[in-house]
Amino acid sequence: MIRVVLPSNLQTLAGVGKVVEVQVSGPATQRAILDALEANHPALLGTVRDAVTKKRRPMIRFFACEEDLSDESPDVPVPDEVATGKEPFLIIGAIAGG
Amino acid sequence: MSKVRVLVGTRKGAFVLTADASRKSWKVDGPHFAGWEIFHVKGSAADPDRVYASQSSSWFGQVMHQSKDGGKTWETVGNQFAYDGTPGTHRWYDGSPHPWEFKRVWHLEPSLDDPDHLYAGVEDAAIFESKDGGKSWAELPALREHKTASDWAPGAGGMCLHTIVIDPQNKSRMFVAISSAGAFRSDDAGQSWRPINHGLRSNYIPDPDAEVGHCVHRIAMHPTRPNVLFMQKHWDVLRTDDGGENWREISGNLPTDFGFVIDVNSNDPDTIYVVPITSDSLHYVPDGKLRVFRSKTGGDDWEALTKGLPQKDCYVNVLRDAMAVDTLDPCGIYFGTSGGQVYASPDGGDTWSAIVRDLPAVLSVEAQAIA
Repeated sequence: MIRVVLPSNLQTLAGVGKVVEVQVSGPATQRAILDALEANHPALLGTVRDAVTKKRRPMIRFFACEEDLSDESPDVPVPDEVATGKEPFLIIGAIAGG
Repeated sequence: MSKVRVLVGTRKGAFVLTADASRKSWKVDGPHFAGWEIFHVKGSAADPDRVYASQSSSWFGQVMHQSKDGGKTWETVGNQFAYDGTPGTHRWYDGSPHPWEFKRVWHLEPSLDDPDHLYAGVEDAAIFESKDGGKSWAELPALREHKTASDWAPGAGGMCLHTIVIDPQNKSRMFVAISSAGAFRSDDAGQSWRPINHGLRSNYIPDPDAEVGHCVHRIAMHPTRPNVLFMQKHWDVLRTDDGGENWREISGNLPTDFGFVIDVNSNDPDTIYVVPITSDSLHYVPDGKLRVFRSKTGGDDWEALTKGLPQKDCYVNVLRDAMAVDTLDPCGIYFGTSGGQVYASPDGGDTWSAIVRDLPAVLSVEAQAIA
């Protein structure tokens, strides 16, 4: 199972805890992970990526294994450590405020 | 015995305030949707326990919620607002063409007779309709496709459709207002629209009497007199007696005629309320005094209502959707401020008290009287 860490606002919205688990069939890409996340938790549709274009929302970042994967192609497999559940896939709200 | 429910949207969540008909002792419930900007929360006239909420976030986009128990519990509904066809362009701040882009829902207007039917006013300016309780949304594209739309331009707050008023005596007739395009009317349930800005004069646009381009802040109507509308414009308070064909200024003796809110007493269609704001560059009340101004003559002649409101060192704003009236007798008036206070008057404005003082900045206030 792939572990996905959600920012607090999305935990509240989906009614879940900080970490949710998703299962993907085929290669574990960002697209496959987010498809599974939205299928399991429809309230999150449109909040991480645009519901129609599937583009990452501008102030959302994807981190894993101490790397910023935000600008990777959504169809490139994520690191093996994420695909095997050893490391989480982090969805981060960009830092802003004063 | 009746009770009153006040629905409050703030920068960091929604709150539900309830009281009995005396409107003296209040229960505060919230925050709902903690951390989210709640642009508008509004209940259905057909089923007061059906309440809709618009959540918006720069990070997470637009989310919509529906409640079937008066705001105690919520479920997410549809948040896909796709413009019909390929949207064109409007004018950007620098005068260049800019593509229409959905940003957020500013205003929700449930229909008067079906709790599953509602309208949404959005930024960039357009009106959407849902007939399934918000699960799906379809644009009424004729407004955005109006021949003047390519010349519409955003105000400082964005190019938002923030006011939707439905004629209770003719459900095919609707009025909307857009910042900063002006007021529009449809006589065929949104299938076609025309500007209704004759009589508006705005010195901040090249042609002060132009057909469109006016920064209308809010329109209010009394349900028994749908041809009479009251408007708070960027500057100027106005009224029309012919459904928007012609407007005349009624600012009269107001200390300043800049402001955002305007509303009508539910028991008297000639009693109206505004909260004057110092100016377009000073978005706070003048002279450090929070004053609601009431006209009992449908405009021109205004009196300051101050009893219970701070009269020194007060520098708050009251935004366009942040005033509401209930339908009890005497009429209750409610408004929320940028400082997080929600004030109530149970006697038509004669006296005021704060229901709650320290909420996040208030974006919207709606009131429901419930049997």
